[in-house]
Amino acid sequence: MDWLDANLLSILNGLALAALLFLIAVGLSLVFGTMDVLNLAHGAVSLTGAYIGVALLDPDAGAGQFVVAILAAAAVGLAFGGALALLTGGVRDHLRQALLTLGIAMIAGDILRQLFGADVQSVPTPNGLAGSVDVLGKSYPVYRLVVIGLSIVIGVVLYVVLERTQVGALVRATVADRGMVETLGVRSNVVLAGVFAVGAALASVGGLLAGPVLGAQPGLDNTILLLALVVVVVGGLGSIRGAVLGAVLVGEVQTLGVALFPAYASFLLFGAMALVLLLKPGGLLPARYGAATGGHA
Amino acid sequence: MNAPTEAGMSQTGPGTMAPGPASPSARPDAMLVVEGLGVQYGALKAVDDVHLSVSAGGRHAVIGPNGAGKSSAFAALAGANRAATGRIFLDGVEITGYDEARRATAGLVRTYQHSNLFPALTALDNVRIAVEKAQGRPLRPWPSRRADRAVTERALANLEHVGLEHRTDQVVSSLSHGERRQVEVALVLACNPRIVLFDEPTAGMSAAETQRFANLVESLPTDVATVIIEHDLDVVFRLADRISVMAAGRVIAEGTPEEVRQDAAVQEAYLGTSRGEEPLFGGPG
Amino acid sequence: MSTGVVAEAAGGGNKRAQIVGRVLVAVVLVLLALLPFVAASYPISIAGRMLSFALLVVSVDLLTGFTGLPTLAQIAYFGIGAYTAGLVGIHWTTNLFAQLGIGIVVAAVVALFTGAVAVRTSGIVFLMVTLAIGELTHQLADSLPQLGASNGLAGIPPGTVYPGAEPLLLAGYTYWWALLVFLLGVAVAVVVARSPLGRSMRAVRESPTRLAAVGQRTYVVKLAAFVIAGGIAGAAGTAWAVQTRFVSPGDLAFSVSAIALLSVVVGGAGTLWGPVLGASIVILIRDWLSQYVAGHGELMLGILFVVAVYLMPRGIAGTILRGKRRSDEPSARERAETAA
Repeated sequence: MDWLDANLLSILNGLALAALLFLIAVGLSLVFGTMDVLNLAHGAVSLTGAYIGVALLDPDAGAGQFVVAILAAAAVGLAFGGALALLTGGVRDHLRQALLTLGIAMIAGDILRQLFGADVQSVPTPNGLAGSVDVLGKSYPVYRLVVIGLSIVIGVVLYVVLERTQVGALVRATVADRGMVETLGVRSNVVLAGVFAVGAALASVGGLLAGPVLGAQPGLDNTILLLALVVVVVGGLGSIRGAVLGAVLVGEVQTLGVALFPAYASFLLFGAMALVLLLKPGGLLPARYGAATGGHA
Repeated sequence: MNAPTEAGMSQTGPGTMAPGPASPSARPDAMLVVEGLGVQYGALKAVDDVHLSVSAGGRHAVIGPNGAGKSSAFAALAGANRAATGRIFLDGVEITGYDEARRATAGLVRTYQHSNLFPALTALDNVRIAVEKAQGRPLRPWPSRRADRAVTERALANLEHVGLEHRTDQVVSSLSHGERRQVEVALVLACNPRIVLFDEPTAGMSAAETQRFANLVESLPTDVATVIIEHDLDVVFRLADRISVMAAGRVIAEGTPEEVRQDAAVQEAYLGTSRGEEPLFGGPG
Repeated sequence: MSTGVVAEAAGGGNKRAQIVGRVLVAVVLVLLALLPFVAASYPISIAGRMLSFALLVVSVDLLTGFTGLPTLAQIAYFGIGAYTAGLVGIHWTTNLFAQLGIGIVVAAVVALFTGAVAVRTSGIVFLMVTLAIGELTHQLADSLPQLGASNGLAGIPPGTVYPGAEPLLLAGYTYWWALLVFLLGVAVAVVVARSPLGRSMRAVRESPTRLAAVGQRTYVVKLAAFVIAGGIAGAAGTAWAVQTRFVSPGDLAFSVSAIALLSVVVGGAGTLWGPVLGASIVILIRDWLSQYVAGHGELMLGILFVVAVYLMPRGIAGTILRGKRRSDEPSARERAETAA
């Protein structure tokens, strides 16, 4: 168990990063898999959540303030996602979607820079969670463990909602056959906009939670977007399980991989992604249903 | 006009994918021989042990109710379905292992149920692509006045043959349905094929367009064999010298038009029960 | 994946429009050539960078617009060309033709090996594989000490045009070199576009299944296009290194790659001149206009992109040509008459 002992911290850091990446990327995956929309504004949504943390949390923030910040980030994310759904609704062509969403991301980036400046801002860890705890003999920040736990809970809730509830069934039906669902009196636009909005809310909350770890600065949205794209592509478009697998893989490659093979640090991530794509072009766990596999308008 | 054809009887027997010397049933004067063709989707056998034999210049039709597996069989013949089983011989050479492109170069081309053309290109450019592949250098990265002109002239000749000489500069997506069919015929002819598979070519055509199409097939070079999936029985009886009838993935009858007309199994498949009163295939031809 | 490509009908159309087009191109070329006599050195350097970026965008268009393969890898070959030219300049010769030639060859060879693997995929997967290629090259540039790592490759000596010549120091001279490389690159692209390979590339875009069904394997066509585009991007990179005399890993960032692709979309994929226009406008806004709007260059670019999506669905070129094409198409009645 020496190896485990030596690398425990990296492994845990990898899981913490995976937790954040899952929250951020799952929305991107669902939106692409279910609606065939390439949303390059996703990173900007996440960054907005981080800046909400900057704005609402002061260094003495307690758990209460933190919860308020999370709710605020979720609300802003919902609004952002709904707006994006509206704007991309009529644009079917992937390249034009990319043009539109990247344009929106650039505008959002500029607005954030106006509001918060170009320097790196930090998001304070809430008071009750700032300490460390003993994990298998090592000291590890409580906050990161909380993030992992929260992410697992949210992931399970998402899965259950999508697979086991009426609302989830409605979403899956809308994705599989929009026309049919319309004849039943359901406004498919609204349903899909809801998926978009929830995904964006998760990304925003993810950005907020990542605040104490990654901070907030211009350009971070690009980094987050790239990581999210890798997670989604590696894990498989449109599936929650894929987003989990992708997030864990990316998180561990970025932390454990870098710790074990520092010389190859830069190439590990994209090299791994290229490898996965060439062996399994659809990703490791692609969705069993969805726009990519035949859901039609 | 057509050489006497083979009697390809429907046999049961396993089909294999193992390449080997030409099978004994690949007679020298048969252009296309298909043995034990099978296409399976999970538990569903869309095409089940289909045998076919078409002579050089032969005009063969494949008819049958919807869902009989005709288009699936065609796709497998063309090489679009790599999971198909069975053996295929073109002019004595086994092409079972060939991919789609190689089968086309070997002389087996097809048209699609919904015309598969290059939508944003002109009719002329569409046919030019085929001519270029057949007799030009499709990968040459610079233009050559002489060679390009030869290709263009050949393409124009093909379009003229199908009656589209006035529409050559029209973008294909702006052509009518019938005109697009014509372009596709010009395109496949430009491949210098030995056999052309037509997949429901007259579907969606007006009476006049259908007549024009039938004239076109009749005017094809006598060494080019054709296999046509058709629902329009007037066309079938006008053009075909042999007919295969498919139902539920299998060939249930095969022979000359007269033989097929009388066949009890065919009447059963089309009508459910044979009443014996009304002729199955009424009308001329 | 539709790329909003303009139909080929424009090529066979109006004689008068063709002449107007040619005159326009000639006038623009003369103006470009005379620029160093009328402009100060900062605008000239921007113009030179515009030309190199525009050539990069042309290489993107060859894949995206012509072959139907939206790509994010061209920045890698651009960067390879730039770093190669820089290294040749530092360690071997300042001769610009040598730098150009070697840069093109190295970029094309790398494009051959990476492309052989990449073009097996298509659509979104291809886009992601090319993203990986771009990012891997970016990170290579950022970490290799021989390339200066994150500090970039500095100290590139000014180039010479023939042995013993004066090195090109003035902005005007390096601009003319950039213009020369741009014209050569565009000429190659135009020649390829009009060749049988160019038609095969369009066929891949329009219907890869139909192309295979006439006997042409699409893999070979895509790989040929990939290598040629890689070489052109490499050429653009060498011209970049000559002008800035400094190559930084940031030149290969994802954001640059994304903007190059989007310039194609803004300009009108598949027309070559549209993307050149798109690239010029993008650089103009990002590098020149941004000084006048207190660093809000990205905001302006973002607004341009959003507006372009709604107002110019087929890009600048598409919008201009669509108005012309409307008057060329036969009326519905004419078509019905011939079909009967």
